[in-house]
Amino acid sequence: MTGFINDFKFVFIDGNRYEFILKGLGVTLGVSIASVFVGVALGLLLAIMKMTEVNREKKTVLSVIANIYIDIIRGTPSVLQLLIMYFLVFRSRLGIIAGIISFGINSGAYVAEIIRAGIMAVDQGQMEAGRSLGLPYKQTMRYVIIPQAVKNILPALGNEFILLIKETSILGYIAIYDLTKAASYITSRTYKMFLPLIGCAVIYYIIIKCLSMGLAKFERRLRENDRR
Amino acid sequence: MIDVKNLHKSFGDLKVLMGINTQINRGECVCVIGPSGSGKSTFLRCLNLLEKPNEGKIFIEGKDILNTACNVDRLRMDVGMVFQHFNLFPHMTILENLTLAPVKLKLMTEDEAKAKAMELLTRVGVADKADSYSGKLSGGQKQRVAIARALTLSPKVMLFDEPTSALDPEMVGEVLEVMKQLAKEGMTMIVVTHEMGFAREVSDRVLFMDGGFIAEEGKPEELFDHPQNDRTKSFLSKVL
Repeated sequence: MTGFINDFKFVFIDGNRYEFILKGLGVTLGVSIASVFVGVALGLLLAIMKMTEVNREKKTVLSVIANIYIDIIRGTPSVLQLLIMYFLVFRSRLGIIAGIISFGINSGAYVAEIIRAGIMAVDQGQMEAGRSLGLPYKQTMRYVIIPQAVKNILPALGNEFILLIKETSILGYIAIYDLTKAASYITSRTYKMFLPLIGCAVIYYIIIKCLSMGLAKFERRLRENDRR
Repeated sequence: MIDVKNLHKSFGDLKVLMGINTQINRGECVCVIGPSGSGKSTFLRCLNLLEKPNEGKIFIEGKDILNTACNVDRLRMDVGMVFQHFNLFPHMTILENLTLAPVKLKLMTEDEAKAKAMELLTRVGVADKADSYSGKLSGGQKQRVAIARALTLSPKVMLFDEPTSALDPEMVGEVLEVMKQLAKEGMTMIVVTHEMGFAREVSDRVLFMDGGFIAEEGKPEELFDHPQNDRTKSFLSKVL
């Protein structure tokens, strides 16, 4: 037991190494939150572009662009997207910004599908009922479809955020000290593998556990609303 | 009032309507019967352009509704529709279901719409549920609300797409009663139905559809008691 405490002190306390962990945690959370905003904004735009083909009942320029975008992003590894963004687009500068944009662009493709699927999951009869009352497409969307789709979309969006937090662990590839990079840095300084890596894993786990519990509670609330 | 000429509709390679010709007069209650897949619902849905016909013409009050200059949303205010699966908006109260369209289309103020909605809900006998959500209603109540909702804009025609097919048997009567009342008040109605009793008792005319055509039409007593067409005979022998 004293051995463990000594190791713990050596790994995290000596040389103020816990500061790396805290800073790394800040970077991980900051980049995740910023990326999710970029991702949702992009995803919303892409989903609207994609949905134009549903209204017109044929492919449109916008829907084709959105489809190509989603196809390419989903078809390439996110590490590679990050490297391309940082080294080719940003010329090895502004790593954090490059990271946020890269993750946002990546997440946007998935968010677009989440939003589209959430809207498509609303019973077709709802659109028909709205339209048959003389409401135009846009108003039916706004007052009838979207309020119901939000209940499908929000939980899935929470999931996407959780995935994004874990995804940011590749930030080390562009020399940014996020939580994972901080842990691996400590292993290289102390030659101790177990504590830094497991400690880092526990922190990720706790963050994500809290989020998913909050999400489950939120989902229950949405469902209760349905039963009133 | 409604004049349908040579109406064709296909979904991909599947030809559903192959030349429908008929006229529906003001105040008439017309029932459309026929085997499933005969195109009854598609025909009905063409009348408010939920389906776009491939060929043919539809005139409503002399207006060519397939003309691109025709405002589809405006047209639908005159053509109410009741669906098999009610399609009430589950995230709104019953009252909000009724007031949404007139208020958002700026045809009535909030208060006018509410007053009209309550009047209609009273008429169909579900006024006490005005503040409930549709999840709390029985099938029969839902369909009566759906009828009231379709009436909020005072349409000139009402289309009913198998309004009782999704109901438990004991609730069919209450919905048919509301429809019967509506027919008595002189509403022009087109009803796709499997309720032969209703068709015989309430309708002024019955259309028998089969294979994308109107195979036979006539007064209910003629069509039910003395069918001329062999397919009508064989259909009626199965359902009566």
